[in-house]
Amino acid sequence: MSHHVVSWKVYLGVFLALVALTVITVWVAGHDFGEFNLVVALGVAITKATLVVLYFMHARYSERLTHVVIASSLVFFAILVFLLLTDYVSRPWPLSPVAS
Amino acid sequence: MAELAAHAGEAHHPALQHHFVSLDQQRAASTLGMWVFIAQEILFFGGLFGAYTVYRTLYPDAFSAGSHHLSWKIGFFNTLVLIGSSLTMAMGVYSAAIGKSKAVVGFILATILLGGVFLGVKYFEYGEKIRPCLGDGPHTGCLVPGARFDAASLHLSGAEAGHVQIYFSLYFAMTGLHALHMIIGAPILLTIAYFAWRGRYSPEYHTPVELVGLYWHFVDIVWIFLFPLLYLIGHH
Repeated sequence: MSHHVVSWKVYLGVFLALVALTVITVWVAGHDFGEFNLVVALGVAITKATLVVLYFMHARYSERLTHVVIASSLVFFAILVFLLLTDYVSRPWPLSPVAS
Repeated sequence: MAELAAHAGEAHHPALQHHFVSLDQQRAASTLGMWVFIAQEILFFGGLFGAYTVYRTLYPDAFSAGSHHLSWKIGFFNTLVLIGSSLTMAMGVYSAAIGKSKAVVGFILATILLGGVFLGVKYFEYGEKIRPCLGDGPHTGCLVPGARFDAASLHLSGAEAGHVQIYFSLYFAMTGLHALHMIIGAPILLTIAYFAWRGRYSPEYHTPVELVGLYWHFVDIVWIFLFPLLYLIGHH
């Protein structure tokens, strides 16, 4: 495992990008993209998370086995959400009358 | 065998444990272990994010109404504080890698301070929602799900008054679990700062600083998702 030391300038750059993306996520929330509101919000959040993982968490410079662990956790999270949704969106809801 | 013999002949770094061949191998094993823990954490939070996905799909209007009641400005402020704490953490790891132990201590203490600011703001936010539920008053503005929940303060009635309580249940569960991770992280950071102050870490060996950094950045990532998903639904 190479001992890669990243310059502090990279960290400062990533920090500034994260601040800018936080401003963007608030700014886009003020606009109505209809069906795509959630897609836009998640797109910005995923971009931010990717920056943190790649640079702050050094994933860009880490071993291939670490990449496999990161990828597998995302695959299993996708399975969790996908199978949950196949169940919920394919049934009438609510299943029983709700007392209101 | 040849590898073991060579290993036995080397002058050992004091941090090298006997079951590892080299510091590099030890570092790779520790880092991998931390990532496996983080993968588990992703799925731990994943259950809550899954529940959020289901209920937001079923009750989009109630989620929007609940979200409108949170202050996005407070959430925005706390997001910046947490991103700042990730920067100081990254700089702490960087300082360890170039052998500046004093700077490591300073950056880790700054990280803890920023974490404290975040939790202080969270305490204020929680208090606003919980305080009206206590005592014998009319519970106006109580936002803790349950018998005292005041849906009228959100201008909701009927079925939506129930659905918005699911939003607030998820709000407390998700931000609460996130805050718990920060509360657990703070004493760990303090311990690492103490060891750094004692001069235990060097450019050759500072794996604990790196690993606590991975944990702190992961907690930051969770908040990066919580902020738009809880504070910014239908904010227009």
